[in-house]
Amino acid sequence: MILRRLPNLPRLDWRDPFEELERMRRQMDRLFEGLSGRLLSEPTAGVFPLVNVTESSDNYYVRAELPGVKSGDMDISVTGTSLSISGERKIPPEDEKANYHRREREAGKFSRMINLPGQIDTSKVEARCTDGVLSIVLPKSEAAKPKQITIKTS
Amino acid sequence: MAETETKALRVKEKRGVPAVAERTRPGPTFTPAVDIFETDREITLVADIPGVKADNLLIDVRDNVLTLAGEVEAPEGQGEVDVLREYDTGKYLREFTLSEMIDQSKIEAELKEGVLRLTLPKVEAVSPRKVKVNVE
Repeated sequence: MILRRLPNLPRLDWRDPFEELERMRRQMDRLFEGLSGRLLSEPTAGVFPLVNVTESSDNYYVRAELPGVKSGDMDISVTGTSLSISGERKIPPEDEKANYHRREREAGKFSRMINLPGQIDTSKVEARCTDGVLSIVLPKSEAAKPKQITIKTS
Repeated sequence: MAETETKALRVKEKRGVPAVAERTRPGPTFTPAVDIFETDREITLVADIPGVKADNLLIDVRDNVLTLAGEVEAPEGQGEVDVLREYDTGKYLREFTLSEMIDQSKIEAELKEGVLRLTLPKVEAVSPRKVKVNVE
């Protein structure tokens, strides 16, 4: 055990050292959460493109940042509760004589599936790409819309 | 030349930068990804700034420092509630020190599909010239 070589380490409960580790991990998580304001336990899907999903009472909205992707190079399809975005980001080659100082932008293919929390009306989905931001409006199906229930008084 | 296989794009988290001065409007600031390349006559800078409209973009060259600043308006409409949030929107800010003399009157900028293309022509005098060494 490596711990034996560190005499200054605070005493741990040796009956369950893993529990102690787990407690420390939770404390660290809480610390980082406070710093970044974001829950570490909710990582992103790690699949390009990153998306933001919002909802109103009538629609779901899916947005993704896709700078330099032409709408013709994008493929969007929907089924009852899921949305798939795929395509390719192309970066046209520059002058052969150009010498690069920095090259941070990347080209490549992408494909992502997003599961929505409820059923959508697939016939009325609209997608738009402005200033490199893809914005898709997905109307909720009648069954998924919230219904106002009036309470009867007798 | 032609690549047979296109690689898959990986997720790149936006890089945040600490604000230089205290901000009047709250919100995060990011550094946009850029390509910079140079030919004999000009320096070209290509930056990804999705969501920035031409009116909200500031390009400034002063004392050999090029500043790019763009504001992104929150795209969410009223009455929208977050379901999943994977990226943040905010300001874009990046500065470069230019080592070459730039002809400021001929700078050209083009903003298309969230990509800014900035052409910075070099001042004539600094265009490389062959220097002939005379040997006596």
